Amino acid sequence: MAVVQGISGRVKRYVSVTARMDEDGHVRPLSIQWYDGKTYPIDEVKSVRRASSRKVGGDGICYTVRIGGNVTYLYYEDPRWFVEEIVPDAPPA
Amino acid sequence: MRDRVIMHIDMNAFYASVAQHLDPSLRGKAVAVAGDPKKRNGIILAKSREAKAAGVKTAEAIWQARQKCPGLIVVPPDYAAYKRYSKLARMIYYDYTDRVEPFGLDESWIDMTGSLPLFGGNAMLVAREISERVKSELGLTVSVGVSWNKVFAKLGSDNDPGDGVIAITRDNYRDLAWPMAASEMIYVGPATMRKLHSAGYETIGDLAHAGDYFLTKRFGKIGPMLRTFARGEDSSPVKVMDPTKADVDYVVKGIGNGLTTPHDLECESDVKALVWLLSESVAQRLRESRLRCRTISVGARWARDLTGYSRQTTVRVPTCLTRDIANFAMGLLRANQPFDKDHALRAIHVRVTNLVPMDVPVQCDLFGGAAEVVRMERLDLAIDALRVRFGNTCVKRAVELTDDVMSGLDIKRDNTVHPIGFLR
Repeated sequence: MAVVQGISGRVKRYVSVTARMDEDGHVRPLSIQWYDGKTYPIDEVKSVRRASSRKVGGDGICYTVRIGGNVTYLYYEDPRWFVEEIVPDAPPA
Repeated sequence: MRDRVIMHIDMNAFYASVAQHLDPSLRGKAVAVAGDPKKRNGIILAKSREAKAAGVKTAEAIWQARQKCPGLIVVPPDYAAYKRYSKLARMIYYDYTDRVEPFGLDESWIDMTGSLPLFGGNAMLVAREISERVKSELGLTVSVGVSWNKVFAKLGSDNDPGDGVIAITRDNYRDLAWPMAASEMIYVGPATMRKLHSAGYETIGDLAHAGDYFLTKRFGKIGPMLRTFARGEDSSPVKVMDPTKADVDYVVKGIGNGLTTPHDLECESDVKALVWLLSESVAQRLRESRLRCRTISVGARWARDLTGYSRQTTVRVPTCLTRDIANFAMGLLRANQPFDKDHALRAIHVRVTNLVPMDVPVQCDLFGGAAEVVRMERLDLAIDALRVRFGNTCVKRAVELTDDVMSGLDIKRDNTVHPIGFLR
């Protein structure tokens, strides 16, 4: 299962992430591999905190990341990573 | 002396909230967590606020709930997730104090007396902060009761409609707590309430003003204790526990297992299979804790009206043998009922109490049997070791094989340790 239907036009999308684990145990996600094969490098991690996703459910360590000009959230839900994918034409629930 | 600052934090509709949190499409809908109707434990375990508004009650059958609330969404329980969220919530509480006493999966008392000054000194603000953190980090809402004793703190959180903070202070407890029905208070259950009602005591305030004679006569030593609770004079401490360990690290007072069977037990061999199955799990847990028991009790529930009975017996020599526990339990059942269709059983539990450590020497019987017991104990321990390595069902008793459905059960693995009592 790679997606879970969320609310307000979002689905929970599990993604492949390349991350670097520092010697002190800090994890810094470097890039996200999207399911269509594209790789999006993460330009900046703006903040790290524990948070739950109100939109698609689940919770974990939430990385606020900047990819190009966009700021989005990347969650580490032990042991998987997910993002709140925007679905353009969400079927009415 | 300064008053204590105690909070009781209760996660609202815990099971249902977790289900709604993990699947946002369930949010705002009537959701109930229920067992499996096919295994006949299909009762409502928890319900969301929406389902509660429709009149769905905990512990009623799924079909009853569906009648009241036709659109009810029923989801199966996910204990692994509940345990995880319970632990995560507790980890948040540990950020504020080391004195956290869990009471079941969804409730905890925390004692902020010593640490409150570190967080600004305002208990209400800290309570709101904890509530906000649980909401944003775990997506679950909590009710917090703040008071100077555990009983009123729980009373506060129990009376919060959800996601709020209620303080019961020395200034307002007469107005807030005393008008509440006595049954709202911990330790006043239906039986106690019936007795209180028959004497004209209805509210917590009434209980606080009850006389010594009445209380002791009707309730024994519990009576004055209840009055102490009602007056806010409860001084029981919030018990400190090691955060890395689970709620089960108390001195064990009893070990028991019970099961509602997939089909009614109508003959002796059915009953025997289940009793052995339960005894096996109980005895194995007993041996794992390196204990022997002196009291064996058994409970049964009739299929016809769901009432039941329980009986117990004390054995002369402490035992940890599966054989002994099962035989005594069977003996108790046999002495109390015939095994036939009219007395079909729906559920049985086997429990052992009066525990003594295995290292305590056992007085041997003068007329032998001791060598046999040692041999049997060694056999049971050897089987335990096999089960640790190859799973609980790798060695089975022949009696359990008479029933296909039941012999597939692994009672020990599925065992969950439930909340312990307030008085320990």
